[in-house]
Amino acid sequence: MQMHSLAFDVSHTLAGGLVLISFMMLYQDRLYSLLNVFALHALVLALSVAWQAYIQDAPHLYVTAVIALVFKALVIPVGLHRIVKQLGIHRDIESAVGIGMTMLAGMGLVALSMVLMLRVTADADPLAREDLAFALSVVLLGLLVMVTRRNAVSQVVGFMSLENGLVLAATGAKGMPLVVEISVAFSILIAFIVIGIFLFRIRERFDSVDVSALDDFRGERR
Amino acid sequence: MMSAVALQMVGVAGLLGLSVLAIVLSRSKFGTAVIYSATMVVCLAALANALRWLLGGPADAAGLILPVGLPWLGAHFRMDALAAFFLVVVNLGGAAASLYGLGYGRHEHTPHRVLPFFPAFLAGMNLVVLADDAFSYLLCWEFMSLASWALVMAHHREAGNAKAGYIYLVMASFGTLALLLAFGLLAGPTGDYGFAAIRNTPHTPHVAALVLILMLLGAGSKAGLVPLHVWLPLAHPAAPSHVSALMSGVMTKVAIYGFIRVVFDLLGQPSWPISAVVLGIGGITAVMGILYAMMESDLKRLLAYSTIENVGIIFVSLGLALAFQANGQKLPAALAFTAALFHVLNHSFFKSLLFFGAGAVLTSTGERDMDKLGGLIHRMPLTSFVMLIGCVAISALPPFNGFVSEWLMFQAVLQSPELPQWALKIMVPAVGAMLALAAALAAACFVKVFGVTFLGRPRSPAAETAVEVDRISLAAMFILAALCLLAGILPGPVMDALSPVAVEILGSRLPVQAHMPWLSIVPMSESRGSYNGLLVMVFIAICASSAVYFIHRFASHALRRGPAWGCGFADSVPAAQYSGGSFAQPIRRVFGTLLFHARDHVDMPAPGDTRPARLRIELHDLVWEKLYQPISGAVGFSADRLNRLQFLTIRRYLSLVFATLVTLLLVLAIWS
Repeated sequence: MQMHSLAFDVSHTLAGGLVLISFMMLYQDRLYSLLNVFALHALVLALSVAWQAYIQDAPHLYVTAVIALVFKALVIPVGLHRIVKQLGIHRDIESAVGIGMTMLAGMGLVALSMVLMLRVTADADPLAREDLAFALSVVLLGLLVMVTRRNAVSQVVGFMSLENGLVLAATGAKGMPLVVEISVAFSILIAFIVIGIFLFRIRERFDSVDVSALDDFRGERR
Repeated sequence: MMSAVALQMVGVAGLLGLSVLAIVLSRSKFGTAVIYSATMVVCLAALANALRWLLGGPADAAGLILPVGLPWLGAHFRMDALAAFFLVVVNLGGAAASLYGLGYGRHEHTPHRVLPFFPAFLAGMNLVVLADDAFSYLLCWEFMSLASWALVMAHHREAGNAKAGYIYLVMASFGTLALLLAFGLLAGPTGDYGFAAIRNTPHTPHVAALVLILMLLGAGSKAGLVPLHVWLPLAHPAAPSHVSALMSGVMTKVAIYGFIRVVFDLLGQPSWPISAVVLGIGGITAVMGILYAMMESDLKRLLAYSTIENVGIIFVSLGLALAFQANGQKLPAALAFTAALFHVLNHSFFKSLLFFGAGAVLTSTGERDMDKLGGLIHRMPLTSFVMLIGCVAISALPPFNGFVSEWLMFQAVLQSPELPQWALKIMVPAVGAMLALAAALAAACFVKVFGVTFLGRPRSPAAETAVEVDRISLAAMFILAALCLLAGILPGPVMDALSPVAVEILGSRLPVQAHMPWLSIVPMSESRGSYNGLLVMVFIAICASSAVYFIHRFASHALRRGPAWGCGFADSVPAAQYSGGSFAQPIRRVFGTLLFHARDHVDMPAPGDTRPARLRIELHDLVWEKLYQPISGAVGFSADRLNRLQFLTIRRYLSLVFATLVTLLLVLAIWS
């Protein structure tokens, strides 16, 4: 009983930490710091997944944790760092919406996902319930990051953090096959490569990775 | 020995095979002859199979599950008495149309646009009637709609046909949507779409009312209930004439089958307000349909409008059956239901006959406008004779079949004082009066058709040089005319053949008519009324022949040819004859001012001016102008507004997705 309560508390803390770091992402207005926060996000995810592996006694989840640690906490942030440096955009980031409004919206989203998940999954395992509620919050916050940023790199980061939320949800539920997780992880890596190439192409063409340049190119008003 | 339903499915497979074969053969010289004769043979075989089932005494419904369609569910098909009756209607119409097509199809310029779809259309109609689960039903229904759409578009370069096809397609999709929702409601939360499961599930009154409304929209739009009829007078005439006959005479019946299957069979015991709705809509459809027909001068469009009237009549009768059934009055319910089915059969006979006749006129003159025809009785005597029979039959005059079914309907209307609800007690006689009005107007309308087209003098060179059509087309018309007469003088066997359907759907039947003396029919009891078609025909024949005898015996034998009295005008031109518009003018004055906003504009030149005076008739289709044009305007307007969504920025698209997601989650959070 004592053990269960401890397991519950730790996984709760880690999932809650993930939501907190998602919030931190919302107010970063420098690309480097945003990337650092994202790396932290992935690190906490890896810890959370590893803890799930421990308490669910599911060794394959350790593989997921390692994938999260290696790819998301190391390879992708480092890669993005290099891209930002090569593009020379490490100085500029502007969010489309003010930070205060963004934070308020984020709080609303978290409240929504809590209300929804706790009500919908009334008769589920309490651990999975909390996990799912946090995971939905992380997904929604990731979407919010994508919507409120103009820079393509920060939209990529929002997308990756959204995916972290999916992994959190998947590992919280017992019995998720490893194949699914690995395929998700690889698809994310491929998406990262594609987006990286794409960023350079945009940059070559428009001398900027601000997506509004694309809109200007299409002759649209913003 | 294969079961009846399996044999029927073999027939359907044969029709589908013919449709594929037609793609190969359609450009060859023998394509038309091969395909139509093969289709006729298959239809006759299917007809024999269905008749054997219907007449073969009580038999259990036979089912068949084909391993196609949705995995693990399969496609269910079943033959019961109701299906067998409608299969008779479909395949009889199909065989007659194929026979007619053997002759008529020779004049077809683009056979490759007609031949592949003709057997497919027949196969689709057979399948709809056989389907025994909602998925198969909807699939076959759509197949039937699309095949008929392709036939409507066969002559797509002629003016107006493309528009007709478009409106038909829109209305057909709308109807299928309504059917889809109706079946969704019927299946309920358990989600079993088999008809057997739906039949055994009790339905709440709300669901029943909603399903009725959806069926009136879905099946009603295909059958042509006012105000969903707008596509029908456009699409039916646009197709080649034998296809028009199938669409008007048979496809509307398949829609009525769908209505009966769902409302009578699947919904279980009806409630009386449902019957009031069906009665009201049927009555309005009957009167409006025939008034539209009265105003029309295009022969095929007139026939299409008359189909709307007949569908209205059938729906009135079905409404009566629902009313009596809701109150547990078994015998009157069986009477009204039998009358409706009888009229279904009759209408398929005479409407096919009339469309064939219109096709014959079209082939030999190239005209559909009655005001450019006239005097065809001298040039096409045989066609005129069968058209006369068709006109008399559809005008519900004895001794033909139309009279019998409408007489049965009025017998059912006369039972209305026994209904307990005051609303129905008042409504049924009122609808009966509308039925009588529609019948009288139909008679006037077909006097116009026959008088203007076949009598008088030719109004155009095309009508002057018309020649009789080929013998095969004539044979098809004569067979249908004979059926009209046969069903009119021997209604008893027909009613007995319909009784298994009434037993299956309502649990009651009319007394056996075969034992009645002198071939009369006595639907309720001797004191309530009886009819003997044979006696009436003998009476008519004796009266007519004695009149002829007395005229020839006692009148002068000298043949004199003298100038006709020309109302004071000497040497009148044929165009000055009484035209369709003139014939309809009194009725246009009485009803048209209100219902069509009809106005006559007379352009009278000043004295001394030599230009001719002109009469212009202004007619408005109010259903189209007040209902459909606003809807199409609103759709166009919102499409213009929504078009902006095509040109948003990436971030706005993301925001839209995000906002949609959050909204859906909010809805879930508030509702659950």
